[in-house]
Amino acid sequence: MLCVFVIDMNIAQAVIQGDRLALARLLTQVENNTPQGRAALIELFPHAGKAHLIGVTGAPGTGKSSLVNQLAMHYRKTEQKRIAIIAVDPSSPFTGGAVLGDRVRMRDLSGDPDVFIRSMATRGSLGGLAQATADIAQVFDAAGFDIVIIETVGAGQSEVDVARLAHTTVVVEAPGLGDDIQAIKAGILEIADVLVVNKADRPGVENTEKALKSMLELAHPTQRVFRHHGINMTAPVPKDDLQINTWIPPIQRTVSTEGRGIVELAEAIEKHVMHLRQSGDWAVHERARLEVELEALIREAMMDHFRENVDPHEVENALKQVVQRKISPWEAVRTLVNGIKEGEINEPRS
Amino acid sequence: MTERKTSLEPGRKIRVLVAKPGLDGHDRGAKVVARALRDAGMEVIYTGLRQTPEMIAEAALQEDVDVVGLSVLSGAHMALAPRIMELLKLNGQTHVKVFIGGIIPDEDLYRLKEMGVTGVYGPGASTDDIIRDVRLAVAG
Repeated sequence: MLCVFVIDMNIAQAVIQGDRLALARLLTQVENNTPQGRAALIELFPHAGKAHLIGVTGAPGTGKSSLVNQLAMHYRKTEQKRIAIIAVDPSSPFTGGAVLGDRVRMRDLSGDPDVFIRSMATRGSLGGLAQATADIAQVFDAAGFDIVIIETVGAGQSEVDVARLAHTTVVVEAPGLGDDIQAIKAGILEIADVLVVNKADRPGVENTEKALKSMLELAHPTQRVFRHHGINMTAPVPKDDLQINTWIPPIQRTVSTEGRGIVELAEAIEKHVMHLRQSGDWAVHERARLEVELEALIREAMMDHFRENVDPHEVENALKQVVQRKISPWEAVRTLVNGIKEGEINEPRS
Repeated sequence: MTERKTSLEPGRKIRVLVAKPGLDGHDRGAKVVARALRDAGMEVIYTGLRQTPEMIAEAALQEDVDVVGLSVLSGAHMALAPRIMELLKLNGQTHVKVFIGGIIPDEDLYRLKEMGVTGVYGPGASTDDIIRDVRLAVAG
C-alpha cells in the first residue's frame, strides 16, 4: 500500500462525532474498498439502520437533481433534519472517467452544515448505482444523517437497484417521454413508491399523468370493466380481492425549478414511511436488503478465494481454449473451479 | 484525525473539482477542461457558475477531491484564488492541489505560483499539458 495514514483517532469514531473531513475521507476509502474503509464499515454497522433512505430515479433530464435540491431544502426548512445526498452519475465505459454534474442543480444547499452532498461515479456498475453506494449510504446513516437521498444515474428501464437500497423509491417522469405502452412495461415504474410528474408546467402533463394512472389501475384495480351488449360497464372489485395494506403509489405533480408540489411530495413520502412502519414492510425491506448485501459479499469472498487459489495462467489458458472453441466456457469453469476443491462448488447452470 | 500523506493508492481515481468562482459567466473553458480530464480517466465534479470561495471549499471537502481547478475570466483571480486556498487549508485539506485557467496576466503568474498554485493556463493551453500537470501534482 502506497498510502500512509497517521491516525491519531479512529476514523469511524471521528465520523460518529460529526467530523466532516473524516466523513469525506472515509467515503473515499469506502468507495475505493480499501482495508481501512472496510474496517470502518464494520465498526459503523451497529450505528446504522436509523436513517430513512429515499431513492430518486428516472430518465435523464426529468429533473431528478433539481427535485432532490428542492426536497432537501424543504426538509431543512420544516423538519431541521440532517440530510445526506448521494448523487450518482455514469463513468465512461471507455476511459473510466466521469463528469459528475449533479451539484450544479444543488447550489441552494451550499453553506448548510447539515447537508452533505457526495457525487459518485458508477465505475462500471450497471444497475443505476455504483457498487459502493449502499456502503456510502450506511456511512451517512451511522454518521447520524436522518435522511439519505440517493439519486441514481439517468435511468432507463432496468436500472432498478435503487429500490433494493432505498426504503422509499421516487420515480420521476416528465411530460412527453412516452405513451401508455411505455408505462405498462416492466422495470422502473414497477419499483415506484411515489410517482412524480415533474415539469408539470409543460404541455402533455395530463397525458403523462393519465398513462401512469392507467398503469396503476392495471396493477391495483379498484373496479372491473366488462362489456355487456357492446356497452362498457363497471363493477367494483369485491372487497376480499382488494388487498388491505397494499400501498398504491400516489402520483404527484411538481415543478422543481419553482418549488411547486414539493410539500405534497414530502407528504406522500412521509405517508409511505408510515405505511412501511405500520405494515411491517420496513423490517421486511431491511431484511431483503441485508440479504442481498450478504449474498454480494459472499460472491465477492468466493471470487477472492478463487483468485487466491487459481493461477492466473490457468485462467488465461482456459480462455485461450475457449476462444479457439476447443472447450466450452462451462467446461472451462468446471476445470478451474475443481482445481480449488473438487466437487464442492456447483458449476454454473448452462 | 487522519492525514493523507500521498493521495493516491493503487486503483484510486483522481478526483478533480472544476469550479467557476466569481461573477463571469464564461464556462466554456471550464467545460473543455472537465471533459478532457474525464477523457483522461479522472472523476470530475463540476459545480457550475458563480460560486463563492466558501461554496468551492465546501464542495472540495464533501467530495474529498485531490485537485481543484478554477476557471476565472473576470480578472478577480488574485482575490479569489488566495481565499479559496486559505479556506481549503482551514478545512484541513492541505493536500489539495489548485490550478487555474483563464485570463491571467504574466505578472500575476509568478505570484500565483508562489502561493502554491500548481499550474496556470491561458487561452490556447493544451489539455494534454493540463492532464500531465494534474497527474504530476497528485503524484507528488
